[in-house]
Amino acid sequence: MIQFIIRRILQTIPVLIGVSILVFSMMHLVPGDPAQVIAGEGAPQEQIENIRERLGLNDPLPTQYLNYVTSAVQGDLGTSMRSGRDVSAEIGARFWVTVELAIYSTILAVFLGLIAGIISATRKYTAIDTTIMIVALFGLSMPNFWLGLMLIQWFAIGIDLPSWVPFFNNTAWFSPSGWGSFSQIVLPVITLGTGSAAIIARMTRSSMLDVIGSDYIRTARAKGVKEQIVIYRHALKNALIPIVTVVGLQFGGLLGGAVLTESVFAVNGMGKLIIDSIQARDFPVVQGTVLVASLLFILVNLIVDVAYRFLNKRIDLD
Amino acid sequence: MSRSNEHIEKPEIAVKQPNPRLKSWKSVFNKLKKNKSAVVGGILIILLIIIALIGPYLTPYDPLYDQDVTNKLATPSSDHWFGTDNFGRDIFSRVIQGTGLTLMIGFFSILLGATAGVFLGIIAGYYGKRIDSIIMRFMDILLAFPSILLALTIVTVLGGSMVNVVIAVAVSSVPIFARIVRGSTLSVKKLEYIDAMRALGASDSRIIFKHILPNITSPIIVQATLSIATAILSAAGLSFLGLGAQPPTPEWGAMLSDGRNYLYNAPHVALFPGLAIVVAVLAFNMLGDGLRDAFDPKTRE
Repeated sequence: MIQFIIRRILQTIPVLIGVSILVFSMMHLVPGDPAQVIAGEGAPQEQIENIRERLGLNDPLPTQYLNYVTSAVQGDLGTSMRSGRDVSAEIGARFWVTVELAIYSTILAVFLGLIAGIISATRKYTAIDTTIMIVALFGLSMPNFWLGLMLIQWFAIGIDLPSWVPFFNNTAWFSPSGWGSFSQIVLPVITLGTGSAAIIARMTRSSMLDVIGSDYIRTARAKGVKEQIVIYRHALKNALIPIVTVVGLQFGGLLGGAVLTESVFAVNGMGKLIIDSIQARDFPVVQGTVLVASLLFILVNLIVDVAYRFLNKRIDLD
Repeated sequence: MSRSNEHIEKPEIAVKQPNPRLKSWKSVFNKLKKNKSAVVGGILIILLIIIALIGPYLTPYDPLYDQDVTNKLATPSSDHWFGTDNFGRDIFSRVIQGTGLTLMIGFFSILLGATAGVFLGIIAGYYGKRIDSIIMRFMDILLAFPSILLALTIVTVLGGSMVNVVIAVAVSSVPIFARIVRGSTLSVKKLEYIDAMRALGASDSRIIFKHILPNITSPIIVQATLSIATAILSAAGLSFLGLGAQPPTPEWGAMLSDGRNYLYNAPHVALFPGLAIVVAVLAFNMLGDGLRDAFDPKTRE
């Protein structure tokens, strides 16, 4: 097991190097001179030279790359062009907001997805199953930024309904923007979690159906084990293995998907930082944030692989 | 004399074997017809294509230039089925006009991404060893960026335009095709008939394109259909963020981005382009699900 973990960590090293090269090259792939891009149109030649000198753009590319990586490892990701603050400080201030958003959304998605998937699988081909699967298909097909806008419309602004509609009359329950209080958290979490909930529900259903069809479940039933115990203790336990992988991958995907959600709800996390920095052409911040997000994603995938191995001792990933 | 000739010809026609590949395609199509999800998805896609082709000639207003400032942000009515936007343009006409754009972005980005991915995957799977590990490590690097972030980064570097969105979405779809195709190639490569072809002296490229590729088309088709759905979502997302299609273009994501500023007084502006995206993505997801079931040997009866 420990051997596997060590080997798996070693395997991520080339990926880390590749990711850092790609992120580093970003600045140099932008058409035009990076120093000119940073200084802006029509900046005096002297200022451009200054920037070039300060960023070490006169060095050969490999030297520049090594410098970038050496300082990145020490936590120095450069300076923001916009605010003049350290990029790592800019990211640090927003990192936990995005992680929180992704964690809450994952919890919601797992909760909804598992319940819906189990209900669907145990009532195969009934009206309930069909309904759940159609809802899941919609959840999967909805752009989350649109869902976010619609949720703001319904539950933050409120919509005019005929007065005979009970309950839904004054539905401005939550806050449309920001992050922190409960009323600010609800809508972004639903927005981000819905797509993953749909994927987990579909995965749970098919995984459960595979297991329920297997011989040992038939044996358990033939022995007269209670149906509830068959489903939850025997079937779900084994069906969970592929689900764990999907959940892990979803969590990583949510970190990226947070870009759109944060933009819709003006949540001040890493996603919004990227968008704002792209618009301001603040490349050091874009680079740094993309790097941090990818590192987090790689780390999550690593944990998922180890957890998968831990849960399923039969498989051999070698 | 003529009689005996007829006699000879008849059996010849009867002996002609039906192409086995054609036969298996027919059986897939027959199963597809019985799959509700596939039928609904397929019909929706055909409808969308028809709308994209002839819709722009039938729209009541010009999607760009019919601006009626006195009637801006009007709610849906018999004149303007989906209402008007902040410039007084007819949203219905704009949504119709955007159908073709969306389909084209989805189709071309996946055509590009799938071609590259299939090529890399088949090379990696067929040749193995060094080439395999180099290609697949590179795919791992691309996969190390969270979903939309890779596309976002590429668009940032290339600049925001529709062509660049297609390129960005294409690049981010390459790894999944490479992985799937590599896996299928590995399993097909082991079969005896490939060894037989090699013993007969067939060249690598002949084996790859004539004997391996035709046998791994089904997972590629399924993945391509599902990927078009994802591509439409990503492209709309990029345009929504202002990094794709630029404002006057009636692209659905860009229209949503306009609509978000008028949620308080004109909610319909954001409603309809979003619904259009849902329909398009739903159609490809449903067809993809149906295709997967139809191709799945477990359900073949």
